[in-house]
Amino acid sequence: MAKFKKKTKTSESIPTSALPDIIFMLLFFFMVTTVLREQEILVEQKIPQATQLQKLQKKTLISYIYIGKPKNTALYGSEPRVQANDALMNTTDIVQWVNRERDALPEADRGMITISMKVDKDVKMGPISDVQTELREADARRVLYASVGKVVRN
Amino acid sequence: MAKGKSRMSQEVNAGSMADIAFLLLIFFLVTTTIASDKGILNVLPPKLDPNNPPPEIDKNERNIFTILVNANDDLLVEGEYRESADGLDEEIKMFVLNFAAPDEDAQALFNSLPASLRAQAKRDPESSDHPGEAVVSIKTNRGTSYEKFLEVFDLAKKAYFDIYAERVNLDTDEYRTLTGKDEAEEALIDKGKEGIPMAISIAEPDKIGS
Repeated sequence: MAKFKKKTKTSESIPTSALPDIIFMLLFFFMVTTVLREQEILVEQKIPQATQLQKLQKKTLISYIYIGKPKNTALYGSEPRVQANDALMNTTDIVQWVNRERDALPEADRGMITISMKVDKDVKMGPISDVQTELREADARRVLYASVGKVVRN
Repeated sequence: MAKGKSRMSQEVNAGSMADIAFLLLIFFLVTTTIASDKGILNVLPPKLDPNNPPPEIDKNERNIFTILVNANDDLLVEGEYRESADGLDEEIKMFVLNFAAPDEDAQALFNSLPASLRAQAKRDPESSDHPGEAVVSIKTNRGTSYEKFLEVFDLAKKAYFDIYAERVNLDTDEYRTLTGKDEAEEALIDKGKEGIPMAISIAEPDKIGS
């Protein structure tokens, strides 16, 4: 019996002193990558897939426009609507909205404003072309069709 | 005397540190949305000025690669019906690199291309004269789904990026991620594009049948 007991001299507990450091490291990673959502999306957003994605260098130049079927169909109907900032708007208000967004940019960058169109998969081309006509009217001609990467099968 | 005091443990109890960190971690995990600012860049044409209508452009039919997409997401590519857009990128690439009737500049461009691209020049008189003239035209219907449109547009972009990348001896993905943040990258981008403009025209959708 005594012979067996000698073996249990090694400490059984795992050293956990480094655990907080590991957790902090994870914490910092998420803190840095986090973008707190400042606005609620009122329309459905199933972003389509594409392969030829490009990334823009200057994020400050991007303004977002969301197009899709409203989530709250009882209130807003089931036709695709346009959302910018935190409210739905009519296509006729887009010019005004673009001008406001452009005024918020520094003067040198105003010509380079880019509209990122986050469009739901199920939207038809009709509403999108209406929005694009308005964007041309507002002279905000750089458009980014937001999409997610597609896995290419060979 | 003093030694009696030092018997008390001087370390702060750090056992609950992990719990606090966990709590914060879970908060950030839940609120995180990793922002995706990726997409397909397009530049819209300038707005129409009623006093100054755009000049009528006489282009030969052979220089235009027409893609029509109807409300049922069916395609009509160069007059031929097809159901899926697969393989369209290769066809556009062949169309752009056709070099049926190159002028002096285009011949110089042709000579500057790497052999792998030169080999793709079919010189088909029914197809485009040279890359400077070639235009890819995408026309949709108001009832076409956005997904289909993006698929076709994506393939057209892919064709051009493939050509650019092959010219500067890069992978297509590598070429596309060049942002021009330093001179070397910018030179590489320009070298790929030189003489081959990305001419993708998106026509106003028509209203019939939507």
